[in-house]
Amino acid sequence: MEEEVMTEKRPIISAGGGPRLEGSARKTLPMPARYAINAVVVLVLLILGELMIDGGVVNRYQSTVLEQVGIYIILAVSLNIATGYLGQLPLGHAGFMSMGAYGCSIFIIRMSEVLGVGARDFVTGTPLALALVLGGLVVGGICAAVAGIIIGIPALRLKGDYLAIITLAFAEIIRVVMLNIDDVVGFDLTGGAAGLTGIPGYSSFLLVFGCVAVVCFLTHTMMKSRHGRAILAIRDNEIAAEASGVNTTYYKTLAFVVSAFFAGVAGGLYAGCVGVLQPAVFGFMKSIEILVMVVLGGMGSMLGSALSATVLTILPEALRAFSEYRMIAYAIVLILVMIFRPQGLLGSYDFSLSRIIERVMNRDFPWARRAEKGDEAAKEVGADA
Amino acid sequence: MPSEKSAKKRRPVLVQVETPNLIPERDLGTIPVLQAEHLGIDFGGLTAVDDFNIAMGRTEISGLIGPNGAGKTTIFNLLTNVYRPTRGTVLIDGYDTAGKSVAEVNRMGIARTFQNIRLFSKMTVEENVLVGFGNTMKTHLITDMLRLPGHWKQEAEFHDRALELLDIFDMRRFADTQAGNLPYGAQRRLEILRALATGPKVLLLDEPAAGMNPAETEELMENIQKIRDELQIAILLIEHDMSLVMGVCEVVGVLDYGKIIAKGTPEQIQNDPRVIEAYLGKQEVK
Amino acid sequence: MFFTQVLNGLQLGSIYALVALGYTMVYGIILLLNFAHGDIIMVGAYVSWLVMAQLGLHPVLAIILSVAACTLMGVLIDKVAYAPLRNAPRLSILITAIGVSYFLENGAQLVFGADAKVVPAYTDIQTIQLGGLALSFPSVLTVLVTIVATVALTIVVQKTKLGKAMRAVSEDMGAARLMGINVNTTISFTFAVGSALAGIGAVLYAMAYTQANPTMGMMLGTKAFVAAVLGGIGSIPGAVVGGLLVGFAEVIVTALNLSVWKDAVVFLLLIIVLVVRPTGIFGRTMNEKV
Repeated sequence: MEEEVMTEKRPIISAGGGPRLEGSARKTLPMPARYAINAVVVLVLLILGELMIDGGVVNRYQSTVLEQVGIYIILAVSLNIATGYLGQLPLGHAGFMSMGAYGCSIFIIRMSEVLGVGARDFVTGTPLALALVLGGLVVGGICAAVAGIIIGIPALRLKGDYLAIITLAFAEIIRVVMLNIDDVVGFDLTGGAAGLTGIPGYSSFLLVFGCVAVVCFLTHTMMKSRHGRAILAIRDNEIAAEASGVNTTYYKTLAFVVSAFFAGVAGGLYAGCVGVLQPAVFGFMKSIEILVMVVLGGMGSMLGSALSATVLTILPEALRAFSEYRMIAYAIVLILVMIFRPQGLLGSYDFSLSRIIERVMNRDFPWARRAEKGDEAAKEVGADA
Repeated sequence: MPSEKSAKKRRPVLVQVETPNLIPERDLGTIPVLQAEHLGIDFGGLTAVDDFNIAMGRTEISGLIGPNGAGKTTIFNLLTNVYRPTRGTVLIDGYDTAGKSVAEVNRMGIARTFQNIRLFSKMTVEENVLVGFGNTMKTHLITDMLRLPGHWKQEAEFHDRALELLDIFDMRRFADTQAGNLPYGAQRRLEILRALATGPKVLLLDEPAAGMNPAETEELMENIQKIRDELQIAILLIEHDMSLVMGVCEVVGVLDYGKIIAKGTPEQIQNDPRVIEAYLGKQEVK
Repeated sequence: MFFTQVLNGLQLGSIYALVALGYTMVYGIILLLNFAHGDIIMVGAYVSWLVMAQLGLHPVLAIILSVAACTLMGVLIDKVAYAPLRNAPRLSILITAIGVSYFLENGAQLVFGADAKVVPAYTDIQTIQLGGLALSFPSVLTVLVTIVATVALTIVVQKTKLGKAMRAVSEDMGAARLMGINVNTTISFTFAVGSALAGIGAVLYAMAYTQANPTMGMMLGTKAFVAAVLGGIGSIPGAVVGGLLVGFAEVIVTALNLSVWKDAVVFLLLIIVLVVRPTGIFGRTMNEKV
């Protein structure tokens, strides 16, 4: 009798997810289809944007603002890797951006002299110029990544606020170096306080948003792999991650370096967009600006970072007429959002096109499934293809 | 114990450790899977653990009991290098863990759970287990980032393995639930599964039955044995629940004030006056 | 020449130390990098300018009003912006602090304009004679005031009931509350003391550099924060030693004619100290219980 009870008994797990569709019953999109759908949507958006610019629906000023939006999206998404996913607080993102900006533009200026590429070629987009630009962006990314390794090794041994302050310090050092390096090397490298001029205007809507798409894709694929899971594990519980065999030093450095690399790419695009680089631009306030975008959007949400980067770039432009008050308004909004919604506007929610399509396929609509909160929560982690 | 003597003679030990817990038919001719000798640590001037010795057979289930603050969790932290020992050595399968990081020690074959549950609470149940599989997965970062075929193959393989592992505790249906939303008992079970995913030779369980009701504890007891039998690993557990310790452990060590005061089979321990004294205090003799 | 430089180092270091004390106290009690702390100094400097240059009142009144305004400002900021977030994630409070800093800087710019205002001299005495040496009076005063303020602060923290409450709250807020300590009053008191010290720092700064501008608090605040971290955050002697270190580092670099590099040197110093001693010079290590 007792024996029977013993064998019948299953592990007792009460409450929790509630009834849900079995994996096999639920219709899902195959992986290639998911990627294809997303790729098509991105392509359509890119072409649509380019057509609007060519057709004059969007004027020059507006398209420049659009480029800035794209650049800030990359910056916010890349910082989100270190803050939202890794759970650290670097305050020196502008430093990486500046490494990338100077690295990329110096490379392009010097190389175009050697290869005989003129400023016009960058605008018309000859293959050689395009290759040079892409090469420059990679060089910029690498410069930033190297800076990321240099600062990451000492910084990542520290915790929390100490890491924040050491990255802040490092970014300030980069700024001072950019300002004074010419006196040390003895020739014009960065142009000092006057700035680096003569950067060809190679950034365009297509280039910037092409980079946005690539950066978002690579960030997503990294986070949805064993590497990304290790990074998230460190954020959730560093001690448990280590005990589960996660090499925390390696993965912290990895997240930091990838974050820096993308920031460097954004810096390169920034250089091509504004045409002049001054070290003062990459000060502490720039780092804070990017951090605000990430926190406001919701830590760990790529969509949140991208959205708030868009809003916070366009808003000051739109409020130019009230320029005296706009920074005060900005400050007040920041304080109010933090008081009333400290987890950021989107929390850790992330948008997924294929998830929505799958829901439609399964006739699984939000208004029909109020009861399944637990299931919802499970899906909010990270992005989904 | 006659068996102890013969075992000692023939097994190729690196260090001789006095141990009552070798079963000849199982452990003969093998080195202990986990061996600690003269292990100790001081915090400031305070000796938290002193002269701790253990040698565990390949598929042994041992228990460590003792009053609160006796140093049990500290021993786990020493065995996994979370704390660096002040004295003594730890050998996992014959290899010294000195100077290794916590993650490296895990890869050498020791996995653990925590007294206060430490899950990756914002990740799903499946992802928690997949983190444990992280070192078994071999794809390069670039393969993963560019979604090359190797990535898909591996993800599919480990998705299946993770679900299989979840089946041990019948947790497959929770695979997509956020770990932090699981009920307490399920969180404890998930921690064990995550530890198993790292492919350990020794599993350390820190109060696995804490907060469980008697039925759940009994269930856990069966599962501990099942894990040992199916995976052929050694298990060392800390527990206050005597029914679990006495029901499942082959050998029990009693710790008090950082020192082992008694060691033996559950029956021997239950009747040992030193153990009773440690738990209940000294009886005044009239 | 040498003595002048030493005195300069002491003067600058003392100002950093006073500001660093505020950072250290607030961090010690609610673990917040109070980014707005530097801007409180800016407020103090503007109040001095208002009272003396605009209203033409006596410098002593200016000093009192400056310190009072800073104190009030500190407590107000805590009540309005930080208190609602006591249980929120740390990062949210940090962002709020940044928001407050933005608000103060841009508010000052709106009210007073972007140009620097000249703060009149508080005193006519410029030098004092000491054993044949002509020493700058503001420098000597700065050093003396800092010594007095630090000693007074140490006594307050060590001996008074509120000081003991402060230490208890910084050790364990929950436990302190259970022991009947009014946590909110204690935190307000901490902000008040820290901001009052910033007010004194503001007067001493305005005395040395005779100007006020909307963004003056930022670099000063950052350097003072570096000083607090250098010394070991949460430690009063640490803040003083850190402040002096930063001050002397700047004076030495300037004396070597490398003043363009002085910010870099200060920050490099910070990195080196943190790498060698991750908790700063006087910091305590906190071990997480596993």
